[in-house]
Amino acid sequence: MYAFDIERPTTIADAVAALKSDEAQPLSGGQTLIPTLKSRLAAPSKLVSLSSISEMVGLSDEGGVLRIGGATKHDTVAKEAGGSHPGLAGLAGKIGDPAVRHRGTIGGSIANNDPAACYPAAALAHGATIVTDRREIAADDFFTGMFDTALEEGEIVTAVKFPRPEASNYQKFEQPASRFAMVGVFVAKFADGVRVAVTGASEDGVFRWTEGEEALSANFSPDALDGLSVSAEGMITDLHGSADYRAHLVKVMTKRAVAAAR
Amino acid sequence: MTKVTLTINGKSVSRDVEGNTLLVSLLRDDIGLTGTHVGCDTSQCGACTVHVNGESVKSCTMFAAEADGAEVTTIEGMANADGSLSVIQAAFQEHHGLQCGFCTPGMVMTAANLLKENPKPSEHEVRAYLEGNICRCTGYHNIVKAIMAASGQDVSAIAAE
Repeated sequence: MYAFDIERPTTIADAVAALKSDEAQPLSGGQTLIPTLKSRLAAPSKLVSLSSISEMVGLSDEGGVLRIGGATKHDTVAKEAGGSHPGLAGLAGKIGDPAVRHRGTIGGSIANNDPAACYPAAALAHGATIVTDRREIAADDFFTGMFDTALEEGEIVTAVKFPRPEASNYQKFEQPASRFAMVGVFVAKFADGVRVAVTGASEDGVFRWTEGEEALSANFSPDALDGLSVSAEGMITDLHGSADYRAHLVKVMTKRAVAAAR
Repeated sequence: MTKVTLTINGKSVSRDVEGNTLLVSLLRDDIGLTGTHVGCDTSQCGACTVHVNGESVKSCTMFAAEADGAEVTTIEGMANADGSLSVIQAAFQEHHGLQCGFCTPGMVMTAANLLKENPKPSEHEVRAYLEGNICRCTGYHNIVKAIMAASGQDVSAIAAE
């Protein structure tokens, strides 16, 4: 790793101030950033650790909407969100491994927007609201491409707000070595329709399968998808699977998620 | 340099660390607790697993500066007060849960975390919880058996294939 300093602010305001200096970068759980730093793929002069900011940790109910602080660990979401958001809790409990879940955070995952990360699919499928230090951004406007988001320089995800679905589920087809999603599909059913978000598959990162949403909004059953097919255009091809294979998996995993939704 | 003060295996320790000093470097190189191993250094193998505030973390993927004020337990802190092996350690010995032993510190720390959360795990739950700990010798059967035995369950039916 290159040399850098670490600051550990205890308030959001102090973190935002610390991030104003040149080449400063936020550090959340570090489960992606630290390996990146070890590979010398990033060279910040200063890391601003977000893990000591108590106002960014924990779950709370805001009139039926679940608010999760940006520095909340995956393990906490897995253990505490299940009552109102079983799909979300199930997703969090399958990220990485137990030790990774004890460090990695929802804000870090959302802000990084890895094309194979799980949380972006949950945020998009719930129609979640991303809360930052300066504004609120709808999930539909937040994820702007692979490793790219609507966040500005020095802007941090302080919380994510998830409306409560009537039923939800996340199904991940794991790449067997890394256990990242080859394709992961989050299905969330609301009173006004069904949302289907897909991660791992597209070169543009997480996206909504709108055709599937329309079919499922009319009939929330795996059979409703029978006549549909997903185009392989823009899907990822790598040594683990072709674009065609991933496109096929989108439908398969959506069906499984619908069947398992509760 | 940043000054960090933390509790390691019950003892308070203060050190000056660089921003990019990993927790595992502090433990091994500064404090001399070399029981915690570095296998892959890419947070995949779990040999460096320690407990920070009671939860398993990969100490190669956490900065020492972030452990300021924390309570850290390493494999050196797992034995009983009289120096005898803890239940989990004794079960690893009894059931041949190790061969070369390199992954064992991480396996024991992860097992301890599992049994704290889930005192009577099923065989499937043990295997799932060990997802982030890699062993290249044993084939895992005897590790699973040792952890099941440490939880007080009958392991005679678990085959060591």
